[in-house]
Amino acid sequence: METRIKRMDHEIIYGIVEPGSRVLDLGCGEGDLLYLLAKEKNVKAQGVELDESAIYKCVEKGLSVFHGDIDSGLKDYPDKSFDYVILNQSMQEVKKVDFVIEEALRVGSRVIVGFPNFAYWRARMRLFFKGKTPVTRSLPYRWYNTPNLHFLSISDFKGFCREKGIAIEAEHYLGKRSRVRLLPNLFALNAVFVVTSDSKN
Amino acid sequence: MTNEGSAGIVKTQLFTFAQPPGELKLESGQVLGPITLAYETYGTLNAARDNAILVAHALSGDAHAAGFHEGDKDPGWWDSMIGPGKAFDTNKYFVICSNVIGGCKGSTGPSSVNPKTGKPYALDFPIITISDMVNAQRYLIDHFGIDKLLCVVGGSMGGMQTLQWVASYPERVKSAIPIATALKHSPQQIAFDEVGRQAVMADPDWREGDYYGHGQPEKGLALARMIGHITYMSDQSMEEKFSRRLKEKNYSFKFKTDFEVEGYLKYRGDSFVKRFDANSYLYITKALDYFDLTSDKHKHHGKHQETKFLVIAFKSDWLYPAYQAQEIVRQLKIRHADATYCEIRSTYGHDAFLLETEEQTHLISHFLKKVHKEGH
Repeated sequence: METRIKRMDHEIIYGIVEPGSRVLDLGCGEGDLLYLLAKEKNVKAQGVELDESAIYKCVEKGLSVFHGDIDSGLKDYPDKSFDYVILNQSMQEVKKVDFVIEEALRVGSRVIVGFPNFAYWRARMRLFFKGKTPVTRSLPYRWYNTPNLHFLSISDFKGFCREKGIAIEAEHYLGKRSRVRLLPNLFALNAVFVVTSDSKN
Repeated sequence: MTNEGSAGIVKTQLFTFAQPPGELKLESGQVLGPITLAYETYGTLNAARDNAILVAHALSGDAHAAGFHEGDKDPGWWDSMIGPGKAFDTNKYFVICSNVIGGCKGSTGPSSVNPKTGKPYALDFPIITISDMVNAQRYLIDHFGIDKLLCVVGGSMGGMQTLQWVASYPERVKSAIPIATALKHSPQQIAFDEVGRQAVMADPDWREGDYYGHGQPEKGLALARMIGHITYMSDQSMEEKFSRRLKEKNYSFKFKTDFEVEGYLKYRGDSFVKRFDANSYLYITKALDYFDLTSDKHKHHGKHQETKFLVIAFKSDWLYPAYQAQEIVRQLKIRHADATYCEIRSTYGHDAFLLETEEQTHLISHFLKKVHKEGH
């Protein structure tokens, strides 16, 4: 059965995760991605979500989810409890990014990180020509109502991985409707990385 | 939409077991028998006997969880959650609720007649624990021929029994819903219980527990219940319910009941002594205080947890604060258990598990649908 996947980032992550994997989705929202993975790929799915109303939506879908924040949600899991830990569009909202990534790499064999690219050309234009904080398709919020605590570019994340000794296994760049292959740090709205702790490989 | 209905007219049943010499061995090392459990059931046990849900009650609860007793105008204590089309849908599930041992609502407790003396046990009744309560319930579940319960659920002390069921009989519990509860009683919880017990025992009418035939230590028990009720509410729910409203127009300038909140607590205390045995209060609060699933004897080292969990806490509950539920969740994570945790926004305090029907219904009905479907 082919399932229509509405979001391109979900489609990419769906393509990455092998059937039957153990998956922890940090900041799973209403559980659309987890539901897809559980239903179509038979993964053992666990979500973490801070928003109470989103918890009800997850439970409605038959998902298992913990109500709480990502920062404190990881420390109780033994090492390598999951095949994949997903941080899709949630990394930029956590307080201590380096700690969360480190913990995610500890409890998961692989970590899938998806985030909006702050160095997208329209963001650069808006900042350069208008002198205003970027508002783009992937960063739709205004400066006063954004949930994002951190703003990063694709180059920033790659530099972060280098600095921390994190190995990048795969990188996917997303534009408005299709994948971006040329100059992703300039033309990609979003990026999805698959990373592992260097020492393991 | 489902049509919500009532479990209808129900009757409490009795089940007696553990006849000497086959008494129940208690955690204290003492034995108890024969034991009678008062219980009620709602819905129908299916042929596969895999749709049974055990509901465990809190400190002052009883077997009458849903429906109406003949002639009564008030339904059972969790009627909002149990019945046709409700969270525990009796069109689908067979719901069992029994009064705990040590209680006074039909099950064997300190006010029951000791067959050895022909008089009420009083303080000759052995100290019982949450695990003893659960072991007694196991006889009832065996009596129904149920190998595996679809779910064990309860709030507060009922939540402790739920956790104890999983600890004692993990292979017999498919899913568990502990609500507003803890893995162990905290010093603050023990302290409140001890104040309640001291209030009962300081009443001269208590007569070292030997008051049967003389009347209850009403003042002490009512005071214990008043203290209890404060801990079941929240600052905000008391503000909403009473504020500083007066019973009369003006202050009395006497030590009379000026404020509505005072009148409410007195009313709660007075009505409690009419329906609850003071010694049962002592025994059951002691069982609460002894509860500690974190001690070594209960740990299943490295054992994989097959039981699926839905853990529920309430934001304003300061008697069983959410951090205690999170401690349960922590243990479940370590065991790789399939679990969901929700901290429901509520202002009702600990009482929320009896009052927040809509949110709990949403969580529980979907959770049960999932666990019931699996393995069919």
